[in-house]
Amino acid sequence: MEKETGFVGKADEFLQMFKKGEEFTKELLRENEKLRYRIAQLEESLQRSGDEARVKLYEDRIGLLEEELKSLKERFRRVEEENKDFASKYLEVEEENNNLANLYVASYQLHSTLDFSEVLRIVLEIIINLIGAEKFAVLLIDDKTNELIPVTAEGMAVSDAPKVKIGQGRIGTVAKEGESFFSDDLSGAAEFNPHEPIVCIPLKIKEHVIGVLSIYKLLTQKSGFTNVDYELFNLLAGHAATAIFSSRLYTQSERKLTTIQSFLDLLKEKPRK
Amino acid sequence: MPNILVVEDSPTMRQLISFAIKRIPSCHVIEATDGVDALKKLSSEKIDLILADINMPVMDGLKLVSLVRGNPAYKDIPVIIVTTEGAEEDRKRALSIGANAYLPKPIQTQELLKLVNTYLAG
Repeated sequence: MEKETGFVGKADEFLQMFKKGEEFTKELLRENEKLRYRIAQLEESLQRSGDEARVKLYEDRIGLLEEELKSLKERFRRVEEENKDFASKYLEVEEENNNLANLYVASYQLHSTLDFSEVLRIVLEIIINLIGAEKFAVLLIDDKTNELIPVTAEGMAVSDAPKVKIGQGRIGTVAKEGESFFSDDLSGAAEFNPHEPIVCIPLKIKEHVIGVLSIYKLLTQKSGFTNVDYELFNLLAGHAATAIFSSRLYTQSERKLTTIQSFLDLLKEKPRK
Repeated sequence: MPNILVVEDSPTMRQLISFAIKRIPSCHVIEATDGVDALKKLSSEKIDLILADINMPVMDGLKLVSLVRGNPAYKDIPVIIVTTEGAEEDRKRALSIGANAYLPKPIQTQELLKLVNTYLAG
């Protein structure tokens, strides 16, 4: 009986211990569950904070790239402006080159000969081809009569060009004052009047006027004058005058030389017996 | 090296046009004083482009264009007319005969070079 009671007591004790163990195990499992949950929470929070940091990093990089893009756009705009400037300067230089080439050719041709009629032909060519005049005349001052005498013309007969006294009318005034005249109406639509040119340019050697260029009509396609035309007029005023004057002197001296030479030859000839 | 035949009786214009064309790299200019002279140059040189005036002695530019177009050896050579004749009917006439382009004087060098480059490029 006593043995039986002791056995039961031990069994209870063991049961109690077993129950405690069970509770402890359950408690451990609960604790474990809690810890797992906590770890999961921590991991999640860690990941979240990592994402935020990455987002922040990306945002910063986007900010930098946007700044860079803005500055590149600004530089591109400035370069584009510079390009436009260069392009327009290039065109200006090209135009200037072309104008200089025209002036060079005109001047080269004017001084390429000492033949008076050849010089007059070159003056005509320049006025027709480079300036674009259709009807015009070149008048030179005759020192003996103090009159402007037409020496060549285009689009009209030389005889249709007027003989003008210095200081008389528009042409005579240009010859007297040495100042170019440009009409406001360059169309040449008005009835032809040899005393009323639309453009009149004095041909001058320094301040000495030797003649005038009198333009009455421009070519159909020529509506007005450009800068190079005015440069050409200036060139004609000086270079054409020099070329005309020197070629006329040369031609006259050649003629005189031939006459004198013939005279000398005649004197040298032995008298016939 | 493209050969360009400049047919012009005025030495001033010949020099001016040649001067302008020589600015195109590797272009070679051959000059002729009228249509007959141009035909001689065409028979002795390989020409890639012709620039011709209309009003010339001996043979004018329009006659030259019609002869060029009528000759199988030259018919494909582009011809640009450079002239003082600025009226629309003159332009139409030249183009109807077979000229490829019509440039009234006084010429704008840039316009001339643009046309030359266009026809040399084919």
